[in-house]
Amino acid sequence: MLSADTYRASYEAVSALPAWSWNPFADLRQMWAFPFMVNAFRAGTITAVLAGVTGWFMVLRRQSFAGHTLSAVAFPGAAGATLIGVSAVYGYFAFCVAAALVIAAIPRSGKAAGGTESALTGTVQAFLLACGFLFTALYKGLLGGVDAILFGSFLGITTDQVQLLAAVAVIVIGALAVIGRPLLFASVDPDAAAGRGVRVRLLTVLFLVLLGAATAAASQITGTLLVFALLVTPAAIAQLLTARPVRSLLLTVAIALSVTWLGLLVAYYSPYPIGFYVTTFAFAGYILARLARGSA
Amino acid sequence: MNGLVQPFVQHALLAGTAIALAAGLVGYFLVLRAQVFTGDALSHVAFTGALAALALGYDLRLGLFAATIGVALLIGLLGRQGRADDVVIGSAFSWILGLGAFCLTVYASSRGGANGDSGVRVLFGSIFGLSSGQALVAAVVAAVICLGMLLIARPLLFASTDEAVAGARGLPVRLLGLLFLVLAGACAAEATQAVGSLLLLGLLAAPAGAAHRLTDRPYHALALSAGLAVAEMWAGIATTLAVPSLPPSFAILAAATAVYVLALLRHPRTGRP
Repeated sequence: MLSADTYRASYEAVSALPAWSWNPFADLRQMWAFPFMVNAFRAGTITAVLAGVTGWFMVLRRQSFAGHTLSAVAFPGAAGATLIGVSAVYGYFAFCVAAALVIAAIPRSGKAAGGTESALTGTVQAFLLACGFLFTALYKGLLGGVDAILFGSFLGITTDQVQLLAAVAVIVIGALAVIGRPLLFASVDPDAAAGRGVRVRLLTVLFLVLLGAATAAASQITGTLLVFALLVTPAAIAQLLTARPVRSLLLTVAIALSVTWLGLLVAYYSPYPIGFYVTTFAFAGYILARLARGSA
Repeated sequence: MNGLVQPFVQHALLAGTAIALAAGLVGYFLVLRAQVFTGDALSHVAFTGALAALALGYDLRLGLFAATIGVALLIGLLGRQGRADDVVIGSAFSWILGLGAFCLTVYASSRGGANGDSGVRVLFGSIFGLSSGQALVAAVVAAVICLGMLLIARPLLFASTDEAVAGARGLPVRLLGLLFLVLAGACAAEATQAVGSLLLLGLLAAPAGAAHRLTDRPYHALALSAGLAVAEMWAGIATTLAVPSLPPSFAILAAATAVYVLALLRHPRTGRP
């Protein structure tokens, strides 16, 4: 979190608040003169694609609650890693993937178990957030950084982080491309898929782990509380607008990308956190989509 | 045990017991009706409400109750049969959370920086920070919530287990669902003061989940859920008094999780009918 503060200090020293000049090319050139802004755009783009694709499957599978829990879990991961003195990145991945395995390991007994299952998901989430709070309380120096972990910061993203993010994105999207067809089948009609010999259980576990890795990667940019917005809202919009799988998947990615870019652009010109803009644009899109569909 | 004579511990015990009781009762129905995710959404709304009130210069509790009850009504009215879709809830509350981040920044810049604490306080609670007046109000409101839950417990139980039959028998199923959501919203606002908006989900879900595992009989499970919640609250407060470096919210949540894990290990099969 130190580096973010240093960046913020230097950024505020260079330009108190940059002015919007209504000349888009000059504005972009001026903005991209800062290496951290270039990195922010690179990281934002990768995050948007990654979160869009995994989020699309998540919404299709009605696993919003599990997705939200995984994203919340990134907070104790980052706090814990800082406490024991390793890079926050390891904490993000260790905790998210572990939580995905715990949620996947819940004994399932048919459809009636919905309530107890979500009780367990909720307990896992609250307990891990409490652990995060414990870690920050033990590591006094971090308290100033809690907001950055929770609500994200586009300042201070390093080139190393961008490369790591890209590697994770390639692995997760590659894996989803391989299991995409059976996963789609298993998501839409698990019983028929099982009857056809698709290994539904294995796919569920695999997908949760991929979701965990995607949220871990994205949390570093959007903050652990707001990565969920990128996961659920673009996919929800796209699935409102079209029922055809490939088309809505592409639409999801496009919406996630535009929301992130817009958020970065506006956040650069204003003092408020990027998370607020990204979630607001996404939600406005959702409302518009609902209205458009309601009137159609 | 000389910690018990400290006034802040007494306030914590008074407010904590009442809040835990309410959370246990509400949580049982949240789990029964598979609305834990709604509870999750309400908890995040509580964060935004509290910070919006702070940013505008009102009492924090005003914002808490206004936001949670308002959103509970909204979810109830928009949703089919008082049960909204996961995706709708998810989209809405991730935006509300973003709004919370915005309010936090507004509040931070208006107070000139020295405020990082209030955000953390709302997120993670501080049961030992309650004044005697705050504790009393919290206890009274929690008692009212408990009373409301007990009054609607019987019809709500019927409506939750078999909605169609309950509707056919002339029960106002939709109204009951709405009433329950309002009580759940008020309970979320209450619990935010004790364990914070991020952690109150554990107080709602863990005791209730454990009670569902341990018994199939509804009234036993309802009582057990409330009892477990209170016991966990006490255990958490006692642990914090013994080990002062632990934050109280963590100790309470750790107790709740431990009980849930024990229940899970004792009855690995799902206990629900």
